[in-house]
Amino acid sequence: MPHISFQEAIDAALAFDFQAVGSRQVARSLERETLSLEDLGALLSPAAAENLEDLAARSRDLTLRHFGLNVTLFTPLYLANHCVNHCLYCGFSALGDIRRGALTESDVDQELAAIEVTGLEDVLLLTGDSRARSGPEYIFRCAALAAKRLKKVGLEVYPLSIREYSRARDAGVDYVCVYQETYEPNLYAHVHLKGPKRNYAWRLAAPERALAAGVRGVGLGALLGLGDFRRDVLALGWHALYLSRLHPQAEISFSVPRLRPAPGHVVFQQSPVSEAELAQIIMALRIFMPWAGISLSTRERPFFRDHLVGLGATRLSAGVRTSVGGHSGPDHGEEQFFKSDPRNVPQVCQALAQMGFQAVFNDYIRL
Amino acid sequence: MTGVLPGDELALAGRLFGSRLILGSGKHPIERLTEVVEAGGVEIVTLALRRANLNGPGDILDHLPPGRAILPNTSGARTAKEALTLARLARELGCGDLIKIEVIADSRTLLPDNEETLQAVALLSEDGFAPLAYMTPDPVMGRKMEQAGAAAVMPLGAPIGSNRGLTTKEMVKLMVECLQVPVIVDAGLGRPSQACEAMELGVAAVMVNTAVATSDDPPAMAKAFALAVQAGRAAYLAGLGPVGRPQASSPLTGFLWEEKGSQDPSSQEKF
Repeated sequence: MPHISFQEAIDAALAFDFQAVGSRQVARSLERETLSLEDLGALLSPAAAENLEDLAARSRDLTLRHFGLNVTLFTPLYLANHCVNHCLYCGFSALGDIRRGALTESDVDQELAAIEVTGLEDVLLLTGDSRARSGPEYIFRCAALAAKRLKKVGLEVYPLSIREYSRARDAGVDYVCVYQETYEPNLYAHVHLKGPKRNYAWRLAAPERALAAGVRGVGLGALLGLGDFRRDVLALGWHALYLSRLHPQAEISFSVPRLRPAPGHVVFQQSPVSEAELAQIIMALRIFMPWAGISLSTRERPFFRDHLVGLGATRLSAGVRTSVGGHSGPDHGEEQFFKSDPRNVPQVCQALAQMGFQAVFNDYIRL
Repeated sequence: MTGVLPGDELALAGRLFGSRLILGSGKHPIERLTEVVEAGGVEIVTLALRRANLNGPGDILDHLPPGRAILPNTSGARTAKEALTLARLARELGCGDLIKIEVIADSRTLLPDNEETLQAVALLSEDGFAPLAYMTPDPVMGRKMEQAGAAAVMPLGAPIGSNRGLTTKEMVKLMVECLQVPVIVDAGLGRPSQACEAMELGVAAVMVNTAVATSDDPPAMAKAFALAVQAGRAAYLAGLGPVGRPQASSPLTGFLWEEKGSQDPSSQEKF
């Protein structure tokens, strides 16, 4: 593949003309073994939406070959929801008048114990963006507590420096999720009014810093519905491919969150993404990068999540609380978004079994 | 259904096995494993330690018919040292000393890192293990693995999960010719006929996972692979005849006798 720089690829993704793609190009792109940026663009186009069944067949085949009949389960644990950013779409935004809280370390351990009882082994620790109220040292201590009890620990917090990611890794963090929300710089500036999150470039380079610090995996994502989802997903795919070339050993996974109603001060008018469009996104990403994990959160309803397993999704959250704490007792702060899938772990396992899939709690050893 | 020919068991690190079909467990729902293993007459089942929950819920040993061997692997390791850590863990869990080394540092292709694998073979065999080396086929590297103490080498037929068959046939054939230790084709076999082809070359065994796990009827597919493996082995032992070269319609050396009056080479004029 010809060499183009990361920024050139992102620019090309944002300038891609999806309307110009015809059904012949979609068919050609579906045939290819190694897809280019243009091919991913073709699979995300309106023309490809007309051929969704063909995308599904290819996506299913690749998903089964690479992941078998396995679906990994994880659960998020919100440590704190203090936030200094003014983001127009988020329930945690500093603009919102919501109940704020942070778990003490003893709360965290209690929450982890409650998660442990469910059999889950993969936890994703989250905070809002407040270095004063939930600073890096606090996060590292919480990660160490999680690493003691569970087999895999992820971090979804504000972007850290290389040195901090390296500390996080030493504390037991196995993967880091930093979602760019939107790859379009103008829109990014428009929806992030105030706070450290305004720094687009610092956030964009965060997954690369995490991998450079020796973290084993990264999760990338765009908040679907914020801007033109086609452009954002094309840029997202290219971001992932760039990282996998730079760090071939890295485990890369995608998240495809759709904007959800949330408490607090949420003013942004979204451009809604339909379920059919989300299915297209998941299948296009699977075909583009067959080896990458794809997570589907409880933002989606059970029926949709269950059917996307085997068509591309390989990681599901279960037993989810999107408020601060809430796994072991009453929560300590309000939710980030209202979820659509309230099922507990046995219910998710049962649904997967009915689809012929196996819920995997653990496929990882911290080394 | 072992179907083993008398005296033709698979010998691995001093143990004898009646079946030359090794089954990967990673892509199957664990509850289905018993049925698949029995249908295929499988005696060795691989297990990723990172997935293992031995002595806990979902313990693979609860889903294996008696008398089957577990072959733990070190998947998840990116370096020789990490492979050693995992191997020691396997030993602590009571999996014995037979272990498949997987050292992979490329998430896209999942191709093994031969250099780190070689180091892992040396480290593990010094530590008393009988390591089986999953590797990209290369007879020269295979010989080094053997010298470093590999109990067997496991060249891939094609990238894992690709179901492409024996795309590395020439290299695998050379490995069979050059090495003393068993050569086991691992990864890439998508059809029983491809497993049969590998066995015809003289490989000691084949390993499959994806092709069985993702079939519509995994037990039936396991059986089909077992039959193909037996057929290929029997053909190898019988010795394949020369195949496929057509005879020229007129003899290529006929000109030697076509000159006037010289039908017999011994009567040809000598210069």
